[in-house]
Amino acid sequence: MTGNTLYDKIWASHLVKQRADGTSLIYIDRHLIHEVTSPQAFEGLRVAERGLWRVGANFATPDHNIPTTTSERQQGLEGIKDPVSKIQVKTLDDNCAEFGIFELGMNDPRQGIVHVVGPEQGATLPGMTIVCGDSHTSTHGALGALAHGIGTSEVEHVLATQCLMQSKMKNMQVRVDGELQNGVTAKDIVLAIIGKIGTAGGTGYTIEFAGDAIRALSVEGRMTVCNMAIEAGARAGLIAVDQTTLDYIKGRAFAPKGELWDRAEAAWRQLVSDEDAEFDCVVTLEAAEIEPQVTWGTSPEMVAPVSGCVPDPQQEPDTTKRASMEQALEYMGLDAGKLIKDIELDCVFIGSCTNSRIEDLRAAARVVAGKSVASNVELALVVPGSGLVKAQAEAEGLDQIFKAAGLEWREPGCSMCLAMNADQLGEGKHCASTSNRNFEGRQGFGGRTHLVSPEMAAAAAIHGHFVDVRDMAE
Amino acid sequence: MRKFNIETGVVLPLDRANVDTDFIIPKQFLKSIKRSGFGVNLFDEHRYLDKGEPDADNSQRPLNESFVLNQARYQNASVLLARENFGCGSSREHAPWALDDYGFRVIIAPSYADIFFNNCFKNGLLPIVIKKDTVDKLFEEVAANGGYQLRIDLSEQTITTPGGEVISFTVDAFRKDCLLNGLDDIGITLQDTDLIKQFEQQWQNQSPWYFGTE
Repeated sequence: MTGNTLYDKIWASHLVKQRADGTSLIYIDRHLIHEVTSPQAFEGLRVAERGLWRVGANFATPDHNIPTTTSERQQGLEGIKDPVSKIQVKTLDDNCAEFGIFELGMNDPRQGIVHVVGPEQGATLPGMTIVCGDSHTSTHGALGALAHGIGTSEVEHVLATQCLMQSKMKNMQVRVDGELQNGVTAKDIVLAIIGKIGTAGGTGYTIEFAGDAIRALSVEGRMTVCNMAIEAGARAGLIAVDQTTLDYIKGRAFAPKGELWDRAEAAWRQLVSDEDAEFDCVVTLEAAEIEPQVTWGTSPEMVAPVSGCVPDPQQEPDTTKRASMEQALEYMGLDAGKLIKDIELDCVFIGSCTNSRIEDLRAAARVVAGKSVASNVELALVVPGSGLVKAQAEAEGLDQIFKAAGLEWREPGCSMCLAMNADQLGEGKHCASTSNRNFEGRQGFGGRTHLVSPEMAAAAAIHGHFVDVRDMAE
Repeated sequence: MRKFNIETGVVLPLDRANVDTDFIIPKQFLKSIKRSGFGVNLFDEHRYLDKGEPDADNSQRPLNESFVLNQARYQNASVLLARENFGCGSSREHAPWALDDYGFRVIIAPSYADIFFNNCFKNGLLPIVIKKDTVDKLFEEVAANGGYQLRIDLSEQTITTPGGEVISFTVDAFRKDCLLNGLDDIGITLQDTDLIKQFEQQWQNQSPWYFGTE
């Protein structure tokens, strides 16, 4: 008999009921809530006169709609100029108050992007099942939790029953062996993985990321990798628990303390795939072969190494893919064969649930320190992932480094990752962005997104076009 | 939930792979706290020539006449024919809400993103998976025949073409039952209240650290 994967183990420990038709009832430990995907779920509860199953499992914070300028934030709800956004943020406050849910409100010093704040507060723990009405919930898998995004109907389902009806996914292992080159980051790893397996490569699977290069990452870096599992088609990404994980969690607000910590730690150390576990699919990459990555198209799989060029659709034999590439190049205003390094930028965005943690900001600050943003870059934003990240960065003087170089230093939120607030990319403008999606219109109507690491975004801000951050380090 | 059994309707071909949820319904429309009214903004960035806003009068906006949704032959379509990895990207249920609100009842594609696929069933929409070759053939038939309709029978798990060809498909038994009978998922789960309570108690005893607060 073969062993179990980490996914098998967490699944089995949360199985409430297995139905004859194969669907399962799975218990959910943690439910994270934000303002965009929850109002209709709370309304559904009220209409059906249902209460919450377990109030303490829920944890809320607004992030998608809120402004990021300090002057607007200081005005509280009144500072949200868009009346529709304001209603949505207020509705979250009202719903949390009505149902007694723990909420870090817009101006709480601990508020931030839900996927940054959850782990930061210790509300994300190894071995948990975690869901949220947001596809980037996969982020939390970095701590050995089974975490995935759900729609609003399932938000309501979890609120009312603490369970979800699920079918078990298949197991995929993505192993990144060896050591990364200097200047190559977690973001480059995950973009390279998506480039290799495609945006639907992980559909139907839970991906466990493994190998020396993954082990060597900090928890922040692991979160960047798991965050984009969904961009490879997998709802959930996972990384086994090790000392790095435990060190990160210990002492955080919601984490167990004292004797309970000791018991929890012993249990969490078991959260690894057995050596003889079998995966339905295994993909391997050599870390040393990964270069800094830049997306050139309108899907995260449309990615190239920084030394490369925009590919030629005529070389693509698959007709559907060729059509996608042609559409993407037209939208992006790029010609086949153009060097990635020749792509000029109008905007730089450093932030999002992918890359807005302290480590990301430190890395970007190192690149821009003592330099100035290029004259063709109209807007360069740094948006920390949470109030605590912002405070830490300011304590280290990172805000001063960014401001001195000509980048704007903002309040925490999702910001230009999806541009639901006022932070929007202009039509036809090219943006070097540390976020996760380069879909048409994602960062603003007609905006052209290039996904990169914080180091690469910072370097692009200084040069006004893409450069190989490895050259800058030398 | 609305019951689904048989649907006969005009087929709209969306010949594009990796259609993401931002394509289906752009982010500015997600600010609504309602579940309805998203149909007029379905495929907004391709259907209109200007940028849409939640409070805009859509009847005054310039249409992109070359986009399939605006072509006369596909008006009142209820069956969406799509390509690989349809619905990728965000978990927003506004995507199936917009498709449903516009009038779509069935989607046919070779593959879907997992979260979107799941969200469809929660809203009475039937996403059908069939082989790429068969999808290719349907695209050809739709292009060649104005007013092309398909008949979808969920209980029989069949798609019937105007020429009488029958294409069968598979569907998860539980989801099929929910759609056919219009069952409410939460109601079904709450029938197991005692089982959930029993599990929760045992789980809390075993792993009390998941039940703490700040």
